[in-house]
Amino acid sequence: MIRAEWVKFRSVRGWVVAVLVAAAAIVGFGITGGNQGSCCGNSCAQPLGPGGEPVSDSFYFVHQPLTGNGSITARVTSLTSAVPAPSGLHRAVVPWAKGGIILKAGLGEGSAYAAIMVTGTQGVRLQDDFTGDIAGPVMTAGWLRLVRSGSVITGYASADGARWTRVGAVTLPGLPATAQGGLFATSPQYTQTSMGVASISGSPSQSTAVFGDVTRTWRGGSWTGTDVGGSPGGPATGYTQTGGQFSVTGSGDIAPATSGPSGLGITLAQTLAGAFVALIILAVVGAMFMTAEYRRGLIRVTLAACPRRGRVLAAKAAVVGLVAFGVALAGTAVAVPLGQQVLRSHGVYLPPVTAVTETRVIVGTAAALAVCAVLALAIGTVARRGAAAIAAVVTLIAAPYVLAVTTPVLPLGVADWLMRVTPAAAFAVEQTVVQYPQVADVYAPAYGYFPLAPWTGFAVLCGWAAVFLALAAVTLNRRDA
Amino acid sequence: MRRAIRAEWAKAWSDPVVPWLLTALVVLSVTVSGVTIGTARCPAAACGQDPARISLTGVYVGQAVAALAGVLALGGEYGTGMIRVTLTAVPRRGQLLAAKALVLAGPVLAAAALAAGAAVLAGLAVLPGHGFTPGHGFDLASWATVRAWCCATVYLTLVAVLGLGVTAIVRDSAAAAGVVLGLLYLFPVAALAAGGQALQRRLEQIGPMSAGLDSQTTLDLRGLPLTPWQGLGVVALWAGGAVILGGVLLRVRDA
Repeated sequence: MIRAEWVKFRSVRGWVVAVLVAAAAIVGFGITGGNQGSCCGNSCAQPLGPGGEPVSDSFYFVHQPLTGNGSITARVTSLTSAVPAPSGLHRAVVPWAKGGIILKAGLGEGSAYAAIMVTGTQGVRLQDDFTGDIAGPVMTAGWLRLVRSGSVITGYASADGARWTRVGAVTLPGLPATAQGGLFATSPQYTQTSMGVASISGSPSQSTAVFGDVTRTWRGGSWTGTDVGGSPGGPATGYTQTGGQFSVTGSGDIAPATSGPSGLGITLAQTLAGAFVALIILAVVGAMFMTAEYRRGLIRVTLAACPRRGRVLAAKAAVVGLVAFGVALAGTAVAVPLGQQVLRSHGVYLPPVTAVTETRVIVGTAAALAVCAVLALAIGTVARRGAAAIAAVVTLIAAPYVLAVTTPVLPLGVADWLMRVTPAAAFAVEQTVVQYPQVADVYAPAYGYFPLAPWTGFAVLCGWAAVFLALAAVTLNRRDA
Repeated sequence: MRRAIRAEWAKAWSDPVVPWLLTALVVLSVTVSGVTIGTARCPAAACGQDPARISLTGVYVGQAVAALAGVLALGGEYGTGMIRVTLTAVPRRGQLLAAKALVLAGPVLAAAALAAGAAVLAGLAVLPGHGFTPGHGFDLASWATVRAWCCATVYLTLVAVLGLGVTAIVRDSAAAAGVVLGLLYLFPVAALAAGGQALQRRLEQIGPMSAGLDSQTTLDLRGLPLTPWQGLGVVALWAGGAVILGGVLLRVRDA
């Protein structure tokens, strides 16, 4: 049965050529990526945090070495931010501007830390090792305290310096006996949205935190200012001390790195633009594998040879699915590794991914294309007319993707929903980046951020395919051929 | 020519699929537009969204139906062998294709005008309540909105004609549907992958879908790769080119 269908598939030269073109398209689009970056060598390599993830770690740090247990208390009197505008700096609210007290293993980027801070609009936060984030009371100025006891760091906040709220405690296993502690200020990329997704631009902002009443239980040394992770050409940073008052100005972020307008680099999904071309080709072949039989009347011969119609459908689905998976896998297995090399050689920064993730992207994309071909076959069986089936398949799978990913028209919320409920949700298998609520960025499908987890998105597509296969089996059994 | 048009008209309306296609064009476009209009919000001034483009989101789906109408107008004849009878009756092949294009364009134009008009009116009625107010810098009842409606209508018609032309070239309705939709959707995706700004802009200028849909824009026209009428011209070149090439191939090849 499967062999009969395979012979049928193989004997149509147009289909064989089409699937080979599909594989070639995946590779071709993958390795001719026109992206140009400005990274050369390791200049864009981002530091890795204690958890191994790429991080941003740049802030202005007024610090001194602190040995053993103790605590620092400070009153943040104000946190103000500014963003660049054509006429110089322009006062603005940056939601994740940060100013507060930090205790850090060293001055190197990516080293372990715990910090209590006030933020632009997100209240008091206790953050540690880049990914940890505990919310405290909502206030934009007030008293903060960080207490070290061995490797446990506890954060407190207070509106008046008398009644204290415990925000939380974190454990930093890697914290040496002598750590750098003190005051910091930083301010992440500021995103501006105009025309929806199309022209989002990010630019560095800067924030100034003013501290008073700085006390510490550690034996006193003198304060030093360091621009941790600072890049030349960024906004001016530094600190001034007048009496007991510190004014610290910083720019950057202490947070997990993201790609997208506020982050750096592009994602692995960029090497798979050709998968979209392959999708249309494989959908056409999948639909025609069934509709061609109706057109020529061959379906009557097929059903006479195998009267159990469900089996015919299953055999066709198996053949078209396996063929699509095979050619797509051949394409993605070449396009992803080679495409990355080409992009890197053009100076584009790609966040590092694990081998498991890369394999998931390669195999997952191929599997998604295979299921799309099966879905097309099922729709072709229901519609029985090739052109109608292909229009339906492309509208179901390709249109939502194009709408959500490439067009500036849709509100971001609608784009997210399209990528949740339509078969295009399966593109989530290309996701290699993580969204962090504590990092302000534009988490849109266009930047490789899909609203569903990779295999959940794939499951949505499988659900569509299953529904249409069932529908196809019912109509094939009911109708005369 | 008049006889050819009358014959094509009779054939088109005796096909039960045609009324369905035109209905689907209107219903699908208006539904998708309605959902987008219902969910769009503009919380503050300069929220960066174009109310006309939000109202006309349905064109993204409607264009597939329009393309299908164009493909089936000729593809069905190749599927059944009817094309040989048709060419016996109307031996001048260029005339036949022109008649088909006219008979296709008329009803599609009417359906597209209805669909786009309903969507634009729905937007005019609902969007001001969602923050698209004059206070936020929007003037919905403007000539730009009328131009967007015209462009959407003509765009859908040209896509149908493009479908007809491609079918005359590839002579198989399923393959033609794949080629037309591939042409429409390929350019935006290729532009996304291209990365380089200049190349991206060039791809958006020459792609039928990006050029055609940009013509519906009413705000911030200076940022567009093409002016609205130029964008529509690009689509017309694609559609006209496909029909002319299809006509030439129809002349030189056996049916």
